[in-house]
Amino acid sequence: MDVFMLSRIQFAANISFHILFPTITIALAWFLVFFKIRFQLSGHPVWMRIYRFWVKVFALTFALGVVSGITMSFQFGTNWPGFMETVGNIAGPLLGYEVLTAFFLEATFLGIMLFGINKVPPWLHTLATLLVAFGTSLSAFWILALNSWMHTPAGFEVRDGVAFATDWYAIIFNPSFPYRLGHTLLASGLTASFFIAGISAYRLLKGDHKKAPRIALRVALLAAAVLTPIQMFVGDLHGLNTLKHQPQKVAAMEGIWDTKQGAPLLLFAIPDDETRQNRWEISIPKLASLILTHDWNGELKGLNDFPDQHPPMRPIFFSFRIMVGLGLLMLIVSLAGSAILVKHRESPPHWLLKSVYFMTFSGWIATLAGWYVTEIGRQPYLVQGILTTHAAVTDQPPTAVSFTLALYLTTYAFLLYWYIKTIFTMAKRSITIEEYETKDNQPTVSDIKGVQHV
Amino acid sequence: MFSDAQLPIIFASLMAFAIIVYALLDGYDLGVGMLLPTNNETESDTMIASIGPFWDANETWLVLAVGLLLIAFPVAHSLVLGALYIPVSIMLIGLIIRGVAFDFRAKVKSHNKRLWDRLFKFGSALTAFMQGFMLGLYVMQFEYTIYSVAFSLISGLGVCVAYTLIGAAWLIMKTDGELQQKATVWAKRAGRLTFISILVVCSVNPIINNKVMTVWFTFPQAIFLLNLPLLCFCLIGINDWLLTLAIRKRFKTAWVPFALVVCVFVGGYLGLIISFYPDVVPGKLSIFDSITDPSSLRFLLYGSLIVIPAILMYTVFSYRIFWGKVEPLTYY
Repeated sequence: MDVFMLSRIQFAANISFHILFPTITIALAWFLVFFKIRFQLSGHPVWMRIYRFWVKVFALTFALGVVSGITMSFQFGTNWPGFMETVGNIAGPLLGYEVLTAFFLEATFLGIMLFGINKVPPWLHTLATLLVAFGTSLSAFWILALNSWMHTPAGFEVRDGVAFATDWYAIIFNPSFPYRLGHTLLASGLTASFFIAGISAYRLLKGDHKKAPRIALRVALLAAAVLTPIQMFVGDLHGLNTLKHQPQKVAAMEGIWDTKQGAPLLLFAIPDDETRQNRWEISIPKLASLILTHDWNGELKGLNDFPDQHPPMRPIFFSFRIMVGLGLLMLIVSLAGSAILVKHRESPPHWLLKSVYFMTFSGWIATLAGWYVTEIGRQPYLVQGILTTHAAVTDQPPTAVSFTLALYLTTYAFLLYWYIKTIFTMAKRSITIEEYETKDNQPTVSDIKGVQHV
Repeated sequence: MFSDAQLPIIFASLMAFAIIVYALLDGYDLGVGMLLPTNNETESDTMIASIGPFWDANETWLVLAVGLLLIAFPVAHSLVLGALYIPVSIMLIGLIIRGVAFDFRAKVKSHNKRLWDRLFKFGSALTAFMQGFMLGLYVMQFEYTIYSVAFSLISGLGVCVAYTLIGAAWLIMKTDGELQQKATVWAKRAGRLTFISILVVCSVNPIINNKVMTVWFTFPQAIFLLNLPLLCFCLIGINDWLLTLAIRKRFKTAWVPFALVVCVFVGGYLGLIISFYPDVVPGKLSIFDSITDPSSLRFLLYGSLIVIPAILMYTVFSYRIFWGKVEPLTYY
């Protein structure tokens, strides 16, 4: 394989591994704020119990996010020098502001949040938790501003092949930014909701009779039931925005080769990038046109209208269907689950717990699938219309990149295995802990020693 | 407010500041990592507890330093990271492993804890060594000859012992009793090894690098400059003497060794800057040749003027909260 493909795979591997963790922590931080405030207001120890369990999961997840994120800041220089050389004037300050306003804030107050509960007054601890949550969301703001700019660049001019900023407001609030930010934050909300619900369901399935997992399950499922429909609405708006600015991406998502009026919605097909045709089509006539143009006979551009300027269809087409399919599944599970939990507060039915447990990591898969749609959909460009991915790649020898790729993949596989294993170890361990064995806002010897330690 | 001509100096200073803060802060927690005993759970718990609230923010200074290089001097960033492709990747693996080991060790089943303790130690050592190795290659202008690689290996070991020294000094400050006594012994040994490494680097560097030779041995400025290494050696000497007294229990060391080591780090770092200024890539690229579009930098700088003081303030605030001897981990 050449350096170009190796570097792409390496970047994809790095960023895919990285996004798994922030996508949990961005929203989990807000869940923690919620639990903490509920405890503060009600004084009921069960909220502290929930907080304590999830703050440990948060710490582990956050650590994985931090270390995999450090890798990202080096990747630009090691593998994609052309990126900063061409659009560094725009990407630089956005990345700089992310580090300065968000990274330090979240990292510093995380220390207080995790270790300072007995050293600072309760309000300050809650404030630290809030600042961590704010920091994680702020970091999403900056990085998505940059990412959106790479899809829909604005507020710049090109002189001698280099982009120069002309209007920072237009750069940050570029045309796709509000939709992408909303869609990504909601994706994080759903990922964390199903993660919390799934692990809580697992605890209940394993015979945990305490109140904490039941309440956590209910909170998380209710959040999912509210967020899923909003996400579908925002996702639709994002799609319409993409149609306006990157029609070739939508053509690949919908499986359209030739520009068509009244294009059908393909439920299933196998697009063939060689013959430029679909096989095994199952479709609903005219529905794609109706959804995207709000007209039964609306015209949708096909990929053949963008010769040599369009992404491969197959990975986008399938990723998109995986994302949408999981979204529908999330809708069913969260709505049905919430309805049932309202009735059966104390003993949720076994099948419901099973299906929620089954959905524990559904957010991860949907998020990754969504990112593959949007990022592969921008190819062959790295920055739409300005810089091709090919032009940005390093001239390192392929052997060096193969070596580092193997190194990263091994490390990531090892860490992912341990992460999931450890989450379930923690869940199992929490089953054996008594309901309120300690005063829940005071540390005791049992907290400090033995397996509960940290 | 800031002229185009000032920007390279301002951003180079910011980057230099971020690098030295990183070396000091992550230096002590990498050092503690390398010192971690694998057969004494109580001690390793206390040592980990002493760096727990800080390591994450400490590593952020590395992201800032690399970020500033990327933002202000993108061409230098590509050159440096391109030349250090393999060592950078290995260092990153080290950083990843140690960062997560810290969290995993506390959450896995107890029989797996030792695995993560070892990985924490290994990752810390790997990170420190690769940083020193890269520093060596940087000084050697990225030549991969047998001499430069040998020098870089020595430099790698040098950074390991220097980080161990500051880590031990941190432990002296943050712990008491038996562990503090052990840390005093560690600090003494690491201090002597650091002395040797600085001596080696100081003598080899001017011999192989003409520019460094001219800077350091041109009179009259040499009269001032040569005081810098002398001062570092004196400080290490004083530190060694104090530690010896402390081992004989004739002196309460507390924060003094840490402060002395910080001065040694800053001194050594200033020496490095003096050697290479104004080059950001030694012998190839100066900060004035590689600076990015001034208007973008100004956009970032105005925000930084507010944000960086705020960062420093809440960092100090966080250190004040966890001031004093470390308490057992209560982690919620």
